[in-house]
Amino acid sequence: MEKKVNQKAWFFVLPVVLLVAFSALIPLMTVVNYSVQDTFGNNAFFWAGTDWFTDILRSERFHSALWRQFLFSGIILAIEVPLGIAIALAMPRRGLWVPVCLVLMALPLLIPWNVVGTIWQVFARVDIGLLGHTLANLGIDFNYTQDPLDAWITVVVMDVWHWTSLVVLLCYAGLQSIPDAYYQAARIDGASKWAIFRYIQLPKLHRVLLIAVLLRFMDSFMIYTEPFVVTGGGPGSATTFLSIDLVKMAIGQFDLGRAAAFSIIYFLIILLVSWAFYTVMTGKTKESDR
Amino acid sequence: MKDTRIPAGSAAKIDTQSTRARGGVVEKAPTRAAVRKRIPKRWIVPTLYIIFLLLPIYWLFTMSVKTNQEILSTFNLWPDQFTFDNYMVIFTDPSWYRGYINSTIYVVMNTVISVGVALPAAYAFSRYTFLGDKHLFFWLLTNRMAPPAVFALPFFQLYSSVGLFDTHLAVALAHCLFNVPLAVWILEGFMSGVPKEIDETAYIDGYSFPRFFTKIFMPQIASGIGVAAFFCFMFSWVELLLARTLTATEAKPISAIMTRTVSASGMDWGVLAAAGMLTLIPGAIVIYFVRNYIAKGFALGRV
Amino acid sequence: MDLAWMAWTWPTGIFFICIVTALVAMTVWDRAVPQTERAGVLGILTTRGDRLFISLLGSGWIHLIWLGVVGPQLWIASIISVVFALCVFRWV
Repeated sequence: MEKKVNQKAWFFVLPVVLLVAFSALIPLMTVVNYSVQDTFGNNAFFWAGTDWFTDILRSERFHSALWRQFLFSGIILAIEVPLGIAIALAMPRRGLWVPVCLVLMALPLLIPWNVVGTIWQVFARVDIGLLGHTLANLGIDFNYTQDPLDAWITVVVMDVWHWTSLVVLLCYAGLQSIPDAYYQAARIDGASKWAIFRYIQLPKLHRVLLIAVLLRFMDSFMIYTEPFVVTGGGPGSATTFLSIDLVKMAIGQFDLGRAAAFSIIYFLIILLVSWAFYTVMTGKTKESDR
Repeated sequence: MKDTRIPAGSAAKIDTQSTRARGGVVEKAPTRAAVRKRIPKRWIVPTLYIIFLLLPIYWLFTMSVKTNQEILSTFNLWPDQFTFDNYMVIFTDPSWYRGYINSTIYVVMNTVISVGVALPAAYAFSRYTFLGDKHLFFWLLTNRMAPPAVFALPFFQLYSSVGLFDTHLAVALAHCLFNVPLAVWILEGFMSGVPKEIDETAYIDGYSFPRFFTKIFMPQIASGIGVAAFFCFMFSWVELLLARTLTATEAKPISAIMTRTVSASGMDWGVLAAAGMLTLIPGAIVIYFVRNYIAKGFALGRV
Repeated sequence: MDLAWMAWTWPTGIFFICIVTALVAMTVWDRAVPQTERAGVLGILTTRGDRLFISLLGSGWIHLIWLGVVGPQLWIASIISVVFALCVFRWV
C-alpha cells in the first residue's frame, strides 16, 4: 500500500513518544550518568571515568553470566521453536475442541511470572512436589537446590512449560491462514507430508516464526523472575543469568556505578541483536513487496 | 521427487471449484470408519502437551485445598481432608486481598493508557510516512526488548522524585514502557489490513477526523483493539520486578505480597498455593473473552 | 522537580547534547536534501538516518571492545569510531 507523506502525523505519535520517553529516556540518561561515577551513598558522586566498564568487561563473573545467558537462550530456542511447530502441525485445523485446546494452552502465558516460579519450585521439590517425589521414587537422584545440572533442567523445563504455547499459538494462527485449496491441490498431486510441510506450510509460517523467535529470544534474554524464584540463581551461581546478576548488583549490593555500566553493556548487546533481527524482518518484507 | 513439489503459485492457479469436485471424488475412497480411526490419533500430541501443561497447575490446586500438615506429611494425588481454609485466609485478611485489588487497578489503568495512546500512533504509522518514522518504530520496539532489570533502579528514583512512588499510576506508567510499543505494533498490523479507500470515502462524505476514527475506523479494527488490550493486560499482569520496585505498601501487587510471605512466615504452603491459584483467575477470564480471536490475534494481525 | 538524583556530569551532558545536535542536524539535512534509500556493501537498504544509527551503535561497540581488550588510551578507539562512521556513510 502506498503511503502518503504527511509530517503532521507526528502529532498522532506525540503522546506515545512523550510517554515512552518519560519512562525510557530519563532512566537511560541516569544510567549513563551513574556508569561513569562512584557513589558512597547520600547522593555523593565521584568521577570514575570508564573504570567500571573496564572492570566489568574483564570480570570472570560477567563473562560466565553472559555465557550462561546465551546458552540458556540457545537451548530455549532449540527446544521451543521445533516443539511449538510440531504441536501446531498436530492440531486439527477445525473442530469442536480446538477453542478449548487453545484456551488451555494459553493458560500458562497468563500466570504471573513469580507464580510460575512458585509452581515449579513446589512441583519439583523432592519432599512435597509431584515431579520431584515421583523421580525420587523411580530412584533418580534429582535435587535442583544442590545439583547444578538438575537446576538447569528444572529452569529449562519450566521455560518450555511457560512459553512453548506462544510459539504454538503463533504457528497455529499462521497455519490457519493457508487456504484449503492448497491442501486439496497437494492431495491431488499426491504430495508427501514432508513436501506439504516444506513447500506449503513452512513458507507461510516464515513471518510468524520470525516474530516467535524474536519474542522468545528477547524474553529469554531478559529472564529474571522465574529462575530467581525457583533457584535464586543457585546452586552457587549456576543459574545466575544476566538480569539476576544485575539486580543482585544494583539492589542487593547497591553498587550503582558497576550496575549502571553492566546495564549499558547489556543494553548494547540487546540493541545489536534486535537491530539485526529487525533488519532481517523488514528486509524480507521489502523483497516480497516487489 | 520433482512431482511432489507444490509451488504455491500452481496451487493457487487451480480453480477452487474444480478442485473441490475432484477432491470430493478422491476423498470418498477411504471409508468413514478409517476417518474415525484417524481422528483420535491426531489428538494424541495436543492431548499429551496439554496434560504436561496442566499437571503442575493441578498440583498447585490440590495443595491449595490441603492442610499444611497433610502437604508435609503425606503424599497423595487427591486431598484426604478437603479444605477451603487456605482460601479463607486470603479472603479475610486485607493485607492479602488488597494485593489483588492493587494489581487489578494498575493493570486496568495500564491497559487503558497503552491502547489509548497507541491508537492514534498506530494510525499514523499505518497510513502515513513521516520523517524518522522507521527509526521511531524501531526505538519503540527496543523498549519492548530492554530488560526491566536495567530500568529498575532509575525508575525508583524517577518516580520518587515526581512524587508518584507507591501509587498505582507509577506502576501503570512504568509498564507502558513495554506495553505501548507492543500495542502500537499489534494495532499497526490490524490497521494496515483496512483498505485506505474507507478513510477517503469518509472524508468525502464530510466526516471529521475524530468522528471518522471513532464511528467508522475503530469498529473495523475492533478485534485488533481486543487483542492489543489482551496483550497489554497479560504482560502487565505477569510482570513483577518493576511492580515490586515501585511500590511499598499502598499499591503493592499480589505477586510481591506472595514473595514476601514465602520468606517471612516459614513456608505456609497451603496459603501460598491458594494465592497462586487465585492469580490464575483474571487470566482465565481474559482468555475466555478473547477465545475467538486467539487463533488469529496471536499472529499480531500481520500474517 | 529536583534533578540531583540523575547525577549529571559535564562529560555525559556533552555526550547527550552531541546526540541531540546530531538528530537536529539530520532533520535539517533531510529538509534541505531529501533522503534516498540505497543498498550498500552489506546488501541492506539504508537511508542516512539508518547510517547514523549504525555508526552510533558501531562506535559504542568499538569503545566497549577497546576497553575490554586494550584498556587505556580510549581516544584511539574514538578515532577508530570516527573513521568507522565515515566509512559507514560512504559505503554502507
